[in-house]
Amino acid sequence: MTDFDAITRAATAELLLTVADDEFVIGFWDSEWTGIAPMLEEDVATSSIAQDEIGHARALYELLATLTDDDPDRIAYGREPDGYRHAALLDHARGDWAFSVARRYLYETADKVRLTALAQSSREPLALLAGKMRREETYHLLHADAWLRRLAGAPDASGRLADALRSLWPDAQEIFAPLAGEEALDRAGILPTPLRALHADWQHRVRPILEPITGPLPDAAPSLDGRERHGDDFRWLHGQFTMVARQEAGATW
Amino acid sequence: MVSATATNEQRVWDELARIPDPEIPAISVVDLGVIGSVAVDDDRVRVELLPTFVGCPAIGVMQDQITERVGAMGIARAVEVVVSMDPPWTSDRITPAGRERLRLSGFAPPAPVPTGPALGVLDELAVLPIAECPYCGSRNTTMENPFGPTLCRAIYHCADCRQPFEQFKRV
Repeated sequence: MTDFDAITRAATAELLLTVADDEFVIGFWDSEWTGIAPMLEEDVATSSIAQDEIGHARALYELLATLTDDDPDRIAYGREPDGYRHAALLDHARGDWAFSVARRYLYETADKVRLTALAQSSREPLALLAGKMRREETYHLLHADAWLRRLAGAPDASGRLADALRSLWPDAQEIFAPLAGEEALDRAGILPTPLRALHADWQHRVRPILEPITGPLPDAAPSLDGRERHGDDFRWLHGQFTMVARQEAGATW
Repeated sequence: MVSATATNEQRVWDELARIPDPEIPAISVVDLGVIGSVAVDDDRVRVELLPTFVGCPAIGVMQDQITERVGAMGIARAVEVVVSMDPPWTSDRITPAGRERLRLSGFAPPAPVPTGPALGVLDELAVLPIAECPYCGSRNTTMENPFGPTLCRAIYHCADCRQPFEQFKRV
């Protein structure tokens, strides 16, 4: 952390924003299941996971705000849809239960690889937070893994699960989309493993689990604009989660 | 004045030991291990609070309660309660007395956090769901839901005494 110049600072801010937005947006999609999940236990589980993710996003936005001298609430709720940097995987509406499980599994496994790297970051507050988040996320992965296996073994659900996994597979790669200024993060040890290596590691781990369900998955790589393509699903969600903030600008709660 | 400061710090710890956790009132914030440090000088008392879960909604309630109760002691002009992740709270910070209090109120205490080399992406799943029934002590239990009424609680069932129970999650 000796070399924290303006470029490194900007790149760190971009890194924090991408992780925070991923957590924030998937948290809000999860909350769309509250009250209507397939069973009571899943109402509790999706709501609890949503609360975790939005809590993680808040902690990351707070870290970002200290870096950019901004307000965490403004970062969370004060941007136009195009200003968000979540990966394409998280840009889809919640879909049916199989779709949500498929996305959760892809996201949790990728997030775990990413957080394991960030827990070794030279930037200590980020390393401490990532390490703590990773331990909590283990429960999310446990949940996603249990549901993946359960749906994969059920006649109607296995087809829906396989379809969802295949359709989300290209967008899941975008969790590892290249970041502006990544070389600076690498140089300063802020991101101790390059995204390209994390992507390869993740694919290597999930293919043996997914391919028995989906059949062979195509070679897929992250794209340059993997965090910039936002569609109508996200615009709708953005309208929902910014509603209160827009109605009562500057309110505290 | 060193001894007076030390005494005041002890008095703050004693007062904190009487403040219950807002979500599981059977256990105090000290036994829960969320108090990272206490420092007292002439002007202020500074308490470091280590959240159990990053997104725990009870953090604000704890800050308010600590500020109010420690403020009422009249030791210093101001009380500052700072949220910190350094060191990160883990379930190993719950004191032996706290674990016993959890068990008496029907919560399985968290299993110890495994040490040694970091586990792989999916390897941790195999070692995660371990809980001892707080009613009969059996380990013949199954995790029904890793998510419960609050972020820090999971739901189990005991196959021997046929009781559902909650576990304070291991993190």
